Amino acid sequence: MKKLHYSELWCSSPRYWGGLAGLTFIILLGMAAAYYMEHSGHWVTGMSNQVVWGLPHVFAIFLIVAASGALNVASIGSVFGGPLYKPLGRFSGLLAVGLLAGGLVVLLLDLGRPERLIVAMTHFNFKSIFAWNIILYTGFFTIVGIYLWAMIDRKAQRFYQATGFAAFFWRLALTTGTGSIFGFLVAREAYDAAIMAPMFIIMSFSYGLAFFIITLMSAYWWASRQLGSHRLEKLKNLLGVFVGAVLYFSLVYHLTNLYVTQHHGVERFILLDGGLYTVMFWLGQITIGGIIPLFMLYSPAFSDNRFAIVIASIMVLIGGFIQIYLIVIGGQAYPMNLFPGKEVVASSFYDGVVASYTPSLAEGLLGLAGIAIAMTLVAVGARTLKVLPETLEDPEQGTA
Amino acid sequence: MTGKTDQPKDVKRRKFIGITVAAASAASVAPGILLTLADAGTESEGASSNVRWGMLVDSNKCAEDCTACVDACNQENGIDLLQRPEGQGDEMWNAQRPQWIRKVKLRDRQTDEITNLPMMCQHCEFPPCVDVCPTGASFKRADGIVMVDRHTCIGCRYCMMACPYKARSFVHQNVAEQTVRAPRGKGCVESCNLCVHRVDSGATTTACQDACNKDGHQAILFGDLMDPESDLSKALKEKSSRQIRADLELNTGVRYTSL
Amino acid sequence: MHSSTGFFRTAGLILIYGAALLSSSVYSGSAVSPGSKAAGMESCVAPTEDMRRNHMDYLKHDRIRVVHDGVRGVKNSLAGCIDCHAEKDGKGGYHPINAEGQFCSGCHEYLAVSLTCFQCHSKKPDPKQKDAKSLSGSVSIEQSGHLGLLTGFDEAPALSAEEMVQLRAISREE
Repeated sequence: MKKLHYSELWCSSPRYWGGLAGLTFIILLGMAAAYYMEHSGHWVTGMSNQVVWGLPHVFAIFLIVAASGALNVASIGSVFGGPLYKPLGRFSGLLAVGLLAGGLVVLLLDLGRPERLIVAMTHFNFKSIFAWNIILYTGFFTIVGIYLWAMIDRKAQRFYQATGFAAFFWRLALTTGTGSIFGFLVAREAYDAAIMAPMFIIMSFSYGLAFFIITLMSAYWWASRQLGSHRLEKLKNLLGVFVGAVLYFSLVYHLTNLYVTQHHGVERFILLDGGLYTVMFWLGQITIGGIIPLFMLYSPAFSDNRFAIVIASIMVLIGGFIQIYLIVIGGQAYPMNLFPGKEVVASSFYDGVVASYTPSLAEGLLGLAGIAIAMTLVAVGARTLKVLPETLEDPEQGTA
Repeated sequence: MTGKTDQPKDVKRRKFIGITVAAASAASVAPGILLTLADAGTESEGASSNVRWGMLVDSNKCAEDCTACVDACNQENGIDLLQRPEGQGDEMWNAQRPQWIRKVKLRDRQTDEITNLPMMCQHCEFPPCVDVCPTGASFKRADGIVMVDRHTCIGCRYCMMACPYKARSFVHQNVAEQTVRAPRGKGCVESCNLCVHRVDSGATTTACQDACNKDGHQAILFGDLMDPESDLSKALKEKSSRQIRADLELNTGVRYTSL
Repeated sequence: MHSSTGFFRTAGLILIYGAALLSSSVYSGSAVSPGSKAAGMESCVAPTEDMRRNHMDYLKHDRIRVVHDGVRGVKNSLAGCIDCHAEKDGKGGYHPINAEGQFCSGCHEYLAVSLTCFQCHSKKPDPKQKDAKSLSGSVSIEQSGHLGLLTGFDEAPALSAEEMVQLRAISREE
């Protein structure tokens, strides 16, 4: 087999620096938005006492979930021994770290008191899954950092197996923790379900791989490097499997809720008469995020079409974003049923009515900055570190 | 190396360093001990687990369109000092302003019966908000009062997601003026604390109870659930009461009758 | 052996020690505002030097006891500080204690340590408390007044808990 040669990603300077400048601009806008929200207080956002987690949380959770899934490719290479995936391992690690960093920045800047990060890092309530998540996120950086080092530095090769396994299990724990943030909440009808944890795991596989495909193809196009069709086809098929799995988990989740009379209200809300939420579910999550990408990924009509793969991946991401929006915000908008059998006629605190939430510009800018931070880290990392192979041409037949 | 040493034979170097370190630590710790001891004189006992504060609300006595308890709570805790931020609309102001207690009017779907009641933090024995708080800022005191330590609160709002009664409020704006008795500020989460500042100085009623009694309704009764002689315990024995969302098995401290 | 290294070493040590000694009392000027209760007192909770260095630790330690353990009447209460150190504004009220030129900013501005206490804590003493009472060492719970009981009486007598309740019952009847 040809020896694999990794090198820093090179593309023409104006393109690279121009791209970085654009990303930096977005990041600065987001930081200004965060400062504005923190300084004036959250009254400038669309969040309220009814919908307490808004658009920034949707972005943050989306990025965090995708981050853990982005490491999947490396795990397939190291843990499951897939030879076509092994060369992609380094980039996968870099992308995972970048996405997680972007998501965490958004999450932390949306806190009511972001200056108390030190308090969050020194006071832990170990019954809280949120506290465990903080530990899991910081540990993720450490473990993936060592994993990357083991992959890149020949002298550290001996850690490769151990860190590969550690990273794999750690990220399963991390995504389980993220899903459990919702799954452990007894209060709300849309949450309080054990399926949230595995559903988040499968969502992470799907979004992470979609991000990976898009960034890999962009990087190779940027630097005019070869990306073999066979390898790309493997990635594409895998993405199709994950998209199908996400649809399956959504089906099971909603079917179960439909069976439980107590949860009929929230199901009616999401599936039938929630207005914007219903449209987002059927059009966004199911159609754009599931059915159309499946068709584009598996249909013979698009079998040689690289552009189709990119479009399908982008649609998976859009659908995934909408799915998380529905989970986070739809779950809060639907009122809790404190008084079964009774209808709330009047309440100053919006009991019994669907809460309204309109995202503000500042929240959107902060969220976008999170994506920009992730992309910046990946761009700088790919340019300065040897994470991308010179060529990803398909190996000759019989050696794969 | 020769065997000669210029140290006196009975004081070895390590022993000398050890003694110095011990002396230095004693010198630095000692004032702290004195500090703690010196405080003991003027302070109260603190919250005790021999007491569990609770409340009984009689929704039959709760009057329609009366907001005495809400107004009293707002005044007691300085919530009424909060001004609407300039430029904010009505809807958002109502959705974002803190409400520790609220009036709810219900209609039974089957019988059309109307019920009125005040809703506030239920002070559960097994509070979900305490379980989920990452820093431990949301906590249950020894005497059962569930409250937020605003020094440690980072404003993540997870407790608000977790509360089955939507009892918590987030402070969305700068608080320019507070009462001395109820410190509260931007970026932290807060909720009814059973007038803990009054309770700690020996009061036997909360502000909402006082206001309700003053208006003649007497729908709210605060007291010690663990004291069989308290008015609250006696009332709970006489009347049949229940918890809201009792199926969650949180064993709330606030109970309702006629509901 | 070597000529004057030892001399330089000793001289340097003396210089450093001297500088440390001098800098320890760099705030020989008082930050206490002239119109406050504290102006008439030598020291309040602890000697001034001690307070200058350690007030943040004392406050932090005692606030945990107040909030989590429900211990009231602690020596190092923030409201207690404000009662003593707030300056009257000549119109029957007080200046906010963290305002420019007031007590806290006396040191905190120079040191560039920003205060977040008053984002939550009241910057002025409880208006119902009479300021004629001097703090003679210990502060009882009822006297301190910063529990702000709803009763509107003019003095701050040293009542017991039962007497407090009775007084409130009486004022409710009025």
